Amino acid sequence: MTANPELGRPDAARGTRTAARRERSGFLGLTGRDAGLLLLVIVLTMAAPVLLNPFPATSSLAQFNAGYPDLMQRFVIFGIFAIGFNILFGLTGYLSFGHAAFLGAGSFAGVWMFKLLGMNVLLAIGASMAVAALFSLMVGYVSLRRSGIYFSILTLAFAQMSFALAYSVLTPITGGETGLQLALNDPRILGESVTASGNIPLPSLFGLEMRTTELVTFRIEGLGVWAFPFNVGYYFCAAVMIVAFYVSIRIFRSPFGMMLRAVKSNQQRLNYTGVSSRPYTLAAFVISGVYAGLAGGLLVSMDPLAGAERMQWTASGEVVLMTILGGAGTLIGPVLGAGLIKYFENIFSKINKGVLEGWFSVFPDGLSDVLVTIVYPFVGKGWHLTLGIVFMLVVIFLPGGLVEGGQRLGRVFRRSDRKGLGVEAPAADTRAKAEE
Amino acid sequence: MGILEVKNVSKRFGGLQALGDVNLSVAENTVHAIIGPNGAGKSTLLNCLVGKLIPDTGSVMFDGQSVLGRKPHEINQMGISRVFQTPEIFGDLSVLENVMIPCFAHRDGAFALNAWSAVRRQTGVREQAEAILEDMNMTSARDIHAAALSRGDKRRLEMAMCLVQEPRLLLLDEPTAGMARADTNNTIDLLREIKEKRDITMCIIEHDMHVVFSLAERITVLAQGTPLVEDVPEAIKGHPKVQEAYLGQPAEEAA
Amino acid sequence: MDGIILQLFDGLSKGSAYALIALGLTLIFGTLGVVNFAHGALFMLGAFCAVLLSQLLTISHTVVDESRTDFLGNPMQVDIPYVVEWFGEAAGNAIIDWSVPLAILFAIPVMLLIGFAMERGLIRHFYKRPHADQILVTFGLAIVLQEIIKYFYGANPIPTPAPDAFSGSFDLGAVLGFDPFTIIYPYWRLIYFVFALIIIAGVFAFLQFTTFGMVVRAGMADRETVGILGIDIDKRFTVMFGIAAAVAGLAGVMYTPINSPNYHMGMDFLVISFVVVVVGGMGSLGGAVLAGFVLGVLESLASLNAVIELIPGINQVVIYLAAVLILLTRPRGLMGRKGVMED
Repeated sequence: MTANPELGRPDAARGTRTAARRERSGFLGLTGRDAGLLLLVIVLTMAAPVLLNPFPATSSLAQFNAGYPDLMQRFVIFGIFAIGFNILFGLTGYLSFGHAAFLGAGSFAGVWMFKLLGMNVLLAIGASMAVAALFSLMVGYVSLRRSGIYFSILTLAFAQMSFALAYSVLTPITGGETGLQLALNDPRILGESVTASGNIPLPSLFGLEMRTTELVTFRIEGLGVWAFPFNVGYYFCAAVMIVAFYVSIRIFRSPFGMMLRAVKSNQQRLNYTGVSSRPYTLAAFVISGVYAGLAGGLLVSMDPLAGAERMQWTASGEVVLMTILGGAGTLIGPVLGAGLIKYFENIFSKINKGVLEGWFSVFPDGLSDVLVTIVYPFVGKGWHLTLGIVFMLVVIFLPGGLVEGGQRLGRVFRRSDRKGLGVEAPAADTRAKAEE
Repeated sequence: MGILEVKNVSKRFGGLQALGDVNLSVAENTVHAIIGPNGAGKSTLLNCLVGKLIPDTGSVMFDGQSVLGRKPHEINQMGISRVFQTPEIFGDLSVLENVMIPCFAHRDGAFALNAWSAVRRQTGVREQAEAILEDMNMTSARDIHAAALSRGDKRRLEMAMCLVQEPRLLLLDEPTAGMARADTNNTIDLLREIKEKRDITMCIIEHDMHVVFSLAERITVLAQGTPLVEDVPEAIKGHPKVQEAYLGQPAEEAA
Repeated sequence: MDGIILQLFDGLSKGSAYALIALGLTLIFGTLGVVNFAHGALFMLGAFCAVLLSQLLTISHTVVDESRTDFLGNPMQVDIPYVVEWFGEAAGNAIIDWSVPLAILFAIPVMLLIGFAMERGLIRHFYKRPHADQILVTFGLAIVLQEIIKYFYGANPIPTPAPDAFSGSFDLGAVLGFDPFTIIYPYWRLIYFVFALIIIAGVFAFLQFTTFGMVVRAGMADRETVGILGIDIDKRFTVMFGIAAAVAGLAGVMYTPINSPNYHMGMDFLVISFVVVVVGGMGSLGGAVLAGFVLGVLESLASLNAVIELIPGINQVVIYLAAVLILLTRPRGLMGRKGVMED
């Protein structure tokens, strides 16, 4: 990875003036910029049911609305997963190809809590995080004895072993091929095994059921009807993600986070500076494992079903994609990447030939057919192709991910501003040079 | 009794006797140079001192404690810092952060899960780091990525990173290797200044005679893995054994 | 005992595929210093070369055969492959029957070209980038390649049979002196094993006995020096990548009768192949081949009923378990050199 664009950004241009301002400001112990980022995330997640449903439910564009509860939950849950992965990969540069194993382990732990104790999601999440912490401590302790690609292969090997075992011999614990489900005869000693109506109870937060949804409709005459679903499960996940995001900011800005970046930058110097890098990387590994477990716990809290395929290496690869796509080592990048990939997976994949023909129907028949033929391989079932291409382009041209792309754009605009004003342009240039 | 006592150290790589029965004593608050032609075992000896290599026999005592078998970070925590031949710094971090890391290591030890409080709230460490940068005339580069520094400034930064830990022994591995004459002279001045300002013991491994004779108070000449002579610079200059060791390698002296 | 022998031979044919892919991976890593996550995709492309050729060979045109009628009494419409028309009934059908072995000839130029294009177009620009970037960009490329294949061939496996003459099994037990019908072994697996040995021997001979190979070996030992010597290493890198791609492709071509190719077969093999490379020792060609066969056999032996009863699930994880144990006890793998890829 190249120099991290968001962290340790040389501030020569702004100098001590901003530094002084930063010292004064403070929101939950964050600097102005970080606090702004956190507020932005809070606003966006809280308003998501509205923001993600920009098209009237009755219009043909409604299929691009991503604001239904199931998908919104996935956005934030995988956001948590990617935030955690980024603490390991983004800061230390250790590329794990096995983090899905911790998500899977967390999922199984969560479902078992539902089966044994009760349907309170806090129980499930607590168990998920604890199990993932223990599991990642074991895997990390062994894997971190090696670095570079050896580390990647070790994590991959552990994850594949977990997957294979969960799929076969561990069936009594994991449900094997069918996955682990709730049943009517589960004990649930802290709650009821069966509801009054004879059903399996649903996951809830002290009685507030996760799947409760308030659908608010909004009509503008002549334009159509908008529908905004406000779902309890989503808001619970969003709140957890905000906390997770806040914690990750604190970690990034802490001496611990600085040490992790030092591990990535020059491990030899770090060791000769009196720092033992292994406990740092192990701590980062376990923290990111706990994040993965938390994501797993939330997944089963929304839908109490866990399958072994969650542990497969392709699932680990997905979180790598998310983190890189958004921007490894940046704060907001992983969240963006997770959102983008989940959007692709759920929305982009639904565009079929008929939809395309609808779009291009404004063109003459021949041209329309050509356009449909060209575009069709990249949408619908071919969304993976688009994802692969976008991912390659990002790695080739934007090693800092979408966040770097945004920053470059921003810099272009700012520079043209400065040229107009005729101030600070040289300083901006030196900074750009320093960042190369 | 010196601060660093090397006794009967030998190290063999396969068929090559890299070090044979080396004895060395570095007195506190002196500048001690180790010189010798290429392949004399200077780097091997240094690597034995910092924990990168473990000698086959012998003992290495620092301030009465053995350093053998300890890891590099443990040896650093005992008070030995090391400057590399090519400056080893944290290229992706800012200059200030580069200096803060050794401060944290000095304050918190080899590991501390200090993951909640912000770096900018660590005013003590920050002041310490800024003071050393001031000392080294690097304040203006404070917020620059360390990778963007010139080679001379990287060397300066690496020194700052070592000095901020207030080590009792500073090991320098050819600190002027590959430098132009002007840079070399600057480095000599820098080291002199450090020497004057601080109570510090320095052990320099060096090719360049100019550097050695400008700085060292005592010199050990190493040849083929064994110490030939140890004496004050004036005595070394005309020593027949030393000339013999360097004979046939005049290019060495010119370098 | 006969069970063990059967699994042993089974492991050898499985190990052949591992060894061939790992060999190509190691060639690329050893010479170019690139970690190629798209190597499994090259294996998959090779397999689809065989599919493509068999489709090309069976391109037909429809003629009306007046002498026969279908069930409605109309004249029968018959599809006649052009190959049959051109070469006559017997030769034409034989060509179609032998499409998989013929695909070897077809795949070599195709895979070489694909390899050249990949190296020139993409990999070249990543020599100086960190290994993590190389992994990521080739991972992306692997996704793209397999999605392209999926677009054209769909998600289902496409049966691509071996020539009739080799499609059966033979009684290996009888040959080795056991009771008849105890060890029945498919011909093709034996052919695959022999084929792999030939390719491996060919690659080693090429590296050992040609000037080109000598330079490449020198480059593997010390890349910088070879560069300094003024040898045009760039062109050789391109050629090496092409050769590695061809090796992976051929492994894929010959694998089609064993497992019908599908678009994700590359990814399935990639993970194991990387484990193989690491176990063998990053950058060691001999290590890759050895580890390929060892792990293939280990996997098969772990599938013995007696072993599974003893340690349930061991057949699923034995390769990974071996990798973990070897990496922890011998960090450089079976035959690796010190310091390779440990940054």
